Amino acid sequence: MADLKKNSTIPTYRRLQPGTQPTRLYEPYKSTRLRNPAQPLIYLPHTLSEITGPVYGHSPIAETDNDLTLQHTGEPLGERIIVTGRVLDDSGRPVPNTLIEIWQANSAGRYRHGCDQHPAPLDPNFSGAGRTLTGDDGTYRFVTIKPGAYPWLNHHNAWRPAHIHFSVFGRAFISRLITQMYFPGDPLFDHDPIFQSVPDEKARQRMISKFDLETTQPQWAVGYRFDIVLRGPEATPFES
Amino acid sequence: MEHIPTPSSTVGPFLHLGLTEKHSITHIAAPNVKGEHIILRCRVFDADGSPVNDAMIELWQADSEGRYRHPDAPRANECDPAFLGFGRTATDEKGCCEFETIKPGAVPAQDGISQAPHISLAIYSRGILLQLYTRIYFAADSANEHDPVLALVPKERRSTLMAHPDSSRSGHWLFDIRLRGENETVFFDV
Ligand SMILES: [Fe+3]
Repeated sequence: MADLKKNSTIPTYRRLQPGTQPTRLYEPYKSTRLRNPAQPLIYLPHTLSEITGPVYGHSPIAETDNDLTLQHTGEPLGERIIVTGRVLDDSGRPVPNTLIEIWQANSAGRYRHGCDQHPAPLDPNFSGAGRTLTGDDGTYRFVTIKPGAYPWLNHHNAWRPAHIHFSVFGRAFISRLITQMYFPGDPLFDHDPIFQSVPDEKARQRMISKFDLETTQPQWAVGYRFDIVLRGPEATPFES
Repeated sequence: MEHIPTPSSTVGPFLHLGLTEKHSITHIAAPNVKGEHIILRCRVFDADGSPVNDAMIELWQADSEGRYRHPDAPRANECDPAFLGFGRTATDEKGCCEFETIKPGAVPAQDGISQAPHISLAIYSRGILLQLYTRIYFAADSANEHDPVLALVPKERRSTLMAHPDSSRSGHWLFDIRLRGENETVFFDV
């Protein structure tokens, strides 16, 4: 039988540290109970299959894809915002040319989705989906509308803090990240089991964007910075 | 210096809006791609055995000669240019989704290990806060006996990683994912 740990010359990726990622089976978030394994995960030393991933050409980008306020004939209602930042790996290296996809509720807290039952108005000028590629230094930028908080059925009087869903590919199939970006100072954080499912306080703060005066444009839009850190390769070990 | 990676979160129930409504990839291999063309049908079930109708599945695989199209992979420049190896889509009301692809080749031993033909899979859904990783192997492939990853899995659970040919339709393969409970699929800590 081949031994996975010997003679490996491929870069392996850093493992996620306990507490810095959400607890899979998190009782207060009810949907986790039926959809997460009871058996422990099996530790997999990284092979080519894990450290490679889609990096080429799976991502056509249209001109208005990164400006969610320009996708219809009229302007959407709500507070126009700019969301920008960098995608870095856990060594601080930029992750260039990687696909970022976002989706969100409109300013009233309603998704343009058949399953959204929240009786808040849809906005005919807002679809709520966008995509872009990072530049050479890992930078990305979206223009959108600040999403509203919305209710859900997890528990009595449950409301999600305002958030934008982010999907990032990165360089490897295991660096793939889907997360949610929050806004600073939201009073709903303490009551949201999805936000609270991450035990580590410092890691939780990573999901909160920061108001940024430099990004803010006078008479036009408030700016937020949201940097995203992906898993990256460890320094290549010496061959023994 | 090491930075803490951004925590993952659930895709939630409205993932289609951003990820699969306009940007599904189910035709992974066009007809001109070299290899054994297959249709792969995946089904996802929860702990109660109910179909999971709001999940997303992403696939990543090598080409018919076991090459990954990626800068860190050996022989990447020899890959079939018509084949990227990536697919994704949402499950339907029956918890099903289908991909047209090719059976990947064995991944040869450049990295020290030869692996049996397999497809890497990630599963996302409401209630899944951090994607679940598993693999699809092809039942009755003799290379499975020497696969180093299958060797890490207790014998009695290996069958959960096998796709099976659909006896009623040639070229069709079926793969079931059980997120929890009886015959729970093996998921990997990567
Ligand atoms: Fe949401």
